[in-house]
Amino acid sequence: MKLLIANGHLIDPAAQENTGMSVLVEDGKVTAWIRPGESVPEGCEVFDASGLLVAPGFIDMHVHLREPGQEHKETIASGCAAAVAGGWTSVCPMPNTNPVNDNAAITRYMIEQAERAGLASVFPIGAITKSSDGSELAEMGEMKAAGAVAVSDDGRPVPNAGMMRRAMQYARDFDLPVIDHCEDKSLSSGGVMHEGKISLLLGLKGMPALAEDIDAIRDIILAKDTGAHIHIAHVSTKGAVEAVRRAKNEGINVTCEVAPHHFTLTDKAVEGYDTNTKMAPPLRSDEHLEAVIEGLKDGTIDAIATDHAPHHADEKALEYDRAPFGITGLETAIGLAFNELVHKGIIGLVRLVELCSANPARIFKLAGRGTLAPGSVADVTIIDPDLKWIYRNSESRSKSRNSPYDGWEFAGAAVATIVGGRIVYRR
Amino acid sequence: MEKPFRRRDLLGIRELSAAEVIGILDTAENFSEISNREVKKVPALRGKTVINLFFEASTRTRTSFELAAKRLSADAVNISVSSSSVSKGETLIDTAMNLDAMAPDCIVVRHSSAGVPHQLAKVSRAAIVNAGDGANEHPTQALLDAMTIREHKKQIEGLEVAIIGDILHSRVARSNIHLLTKLGARVRVAGPGTLVPADFQHLLDSETSIDRDNIGSNIHDPRPLAVCPSVEDAISGADVVMILRIQRERQDSAYFPTLREYSIHYGLTNERLDLAKKDAIVLHPGPMNRGIEIASEVADSSRSLILDQVKYGVAVRMAVLYLATGGTVQQPGRE
Repeated sequence: MKLLIANGHLIDPAAQENTGMSVLVEDGKVTAWIRPGESVPEGCEVFDASGLLVAPGFIDMHVHLREPGQEHKETIASGCAAAVAGGWTSVCPMPNTNPVNDNAAITRYMIEQAERAGLASVFPIGAITKSSDGSELAEMGEMKAAGAVAVSDDGRPVPNAGMMRRAMQYARDFDLPVIDHCEDKSLSSGGVMHEGKISLLLGLKGMPALAEDIDAIRDIILAKDTGAHIHIAHVSTKGAVEAVRRAKNEGINVTCEVAPHHFTLTDKAVEGYDTNTKMAPPLRSDEHLEAVIEGLKDGTIDAIATDHAPHHADEKALEYDRAPFGITGLETAIGLAFNELVHKGIIGLVRLVELCSANPARIFKLAGRGTLAPGSVADVTIIDPDLKWIYRNSESRSKSRNSPYDGWEFAGAAVATIVGGRIVYRR
Repeated sequence: MEKPFRRRDLLGIRELSAAEVIGILDTAENFSEISNREVKKVPALRGKTVINLFFEASTRTRTSFELAAKRLSADAVNISVSSSSVSKGETLIDTAMNLDAMAPDCIVVRHSSAGVPHQLAKVSRAAIVNAGDGANEHPTQALLDAMTIREHKKQIEGLEVAIIGDILHSRVARSNIHLLTKLGARVRVAGPGTLVPADFQHLLDSETSIDRDNIGSNIHDPRPLAVCPSVEDAISGADVVMILRIQRERQDSAYFPTLREYSIHYGLTNERLDLAKKDAIVLHPGPMNRGIEIASEVADSSRSLILDQVKYGVAVRMAVLYLATGGTVQQPGRE
């Protein structure tokens, strides 16, 4: 079975290629690049990619797939369907399932469910501590052996610096990145939006930016001490971006990601009290959004990750105070990146592919991914950079509908998603 | 006169123009004499239904809305939901849609969460009137405060108003800040640093709705709202001193050490009140914690207009219900 992705524009920053090129896929692997004018092998299924961008499959480092335990919000199958419709060939689910993914059996279960669904590849993130309660280390070595690519207590960040230090020392033995959702809850507890002028105006309790800054700085100090790789999840504050920039300059092993909503929306979107504007970290003010954009431009930020966090409509139809944190994001990320970053000239296409594919593969050490060099896994995201489309919650593949981007018009979309050489999505 | 309340909901003062605020106050003034009659009832809202939907305990505000509805001949139904909708397994939106299906003309809603009236207004056909939502707004309280101030000071424009206490959690403070600054007063706020964030200074910076043109005067101070470093600074030279209630239930959050210390450093005593103008008036939204945020001798003095506030509350709510259910602005009849 041969597939020729013909006449597209290949962007493969890991292989330093950015040119017109056809890509030959056999048995799930890339086997050859064929330059324009070179002869094409016989007997191929041909995908005509003329006028389209051909990129190594996009890897979402941060999603919530809710299975096991909260299948009314999302299943691994529905989450993977949303992923491939959004152009993501791999997704990395956080461990805050029920039960928590703090052992190899659950890690394996998640991977098997994804294999059954046969859409995107799933690379689970294991818990740092048992039940993510911050008290005892989880079996990181066993989870890694089962397929986990990193550890995190995501929404329940390890509050105790001593425990976090030990977690980093231990994770280093297994070469596992430690991901932290930076939020010092002694500063943010009870808050439901960014603390600032808008929270005061709306009478909603604020989550100050410094709650994120303090935890990010703590983690960076611990990473320097332990030599572990710390990956800061969804940076949203000026202070955290600056801390990561300084740490990188010092040679500390730190990386970070940003969620699309943090480079597209500010706390002004909370006016009107739509609970689909509630997430953690919250939508910040203009100065923070500008700092995030700057970090995307200058390379401080390594990856775009959606923090796709589905919640059932009934759970979001509550008071703003009581509604759960989180929005869906798998299907809107590429559109938002094109609208707000590429078409505005903030980043180029090569950088976009670094952010969505090459860097995530490097950070999680996903061999054969993040590139389309011959020999690599045939995960491919094919993009029409100018395709006009409108996102509608009612048409989402996710089981949930909690996106603030309902009705937004985009220019730029994944038009085909190939996983392991199979076309699993076509627009 | 422009139509009061966009969409006829009253969600907050913030959304209103100065002209709309004045329209409501004029209508309230017109209605206020009804409560002095022997037969305290007019047929203005005959055949209309008002639901008072209170998710949070209230005696004064609920009674005031109920009396206002009844004095206008509306049918008023009170619903007290002891806790949030979550405990019943029903979403907030379900609760609202069910009541709305019974075709009320107006739903008056109080809730401990900010934004609930705004959320209900998106789905209901009935007009939504905010009777207090979390720390956001309590528009009828600000309107009755303004009516009280207007009755005693004749005009609001140019007045110096001090608001003292827990500004951070106060919907009364927010509604009053919006209303008083829209009508040309200057507001100073003060209280413990934990309850008066410095960011409050910039609260109105991005607000475009302060339209001074409609009140016909030049206001030269570009800063209609100031955060004062001390209670004394805020009160000095003030025309109106508004004291906020200390919510004892917040005590566990440790915003200040003890009620005793609060009363010593932030309470309104006669000595502190002497710093205000000689004819300054004192307002309190009630219920008062005597001896804590306000000394009894101040509360019971002739400068305190606390019972006037309650009295005008009924007139203001009559006006609000009347306008929300389709009435048009009434000019004061006595001039």
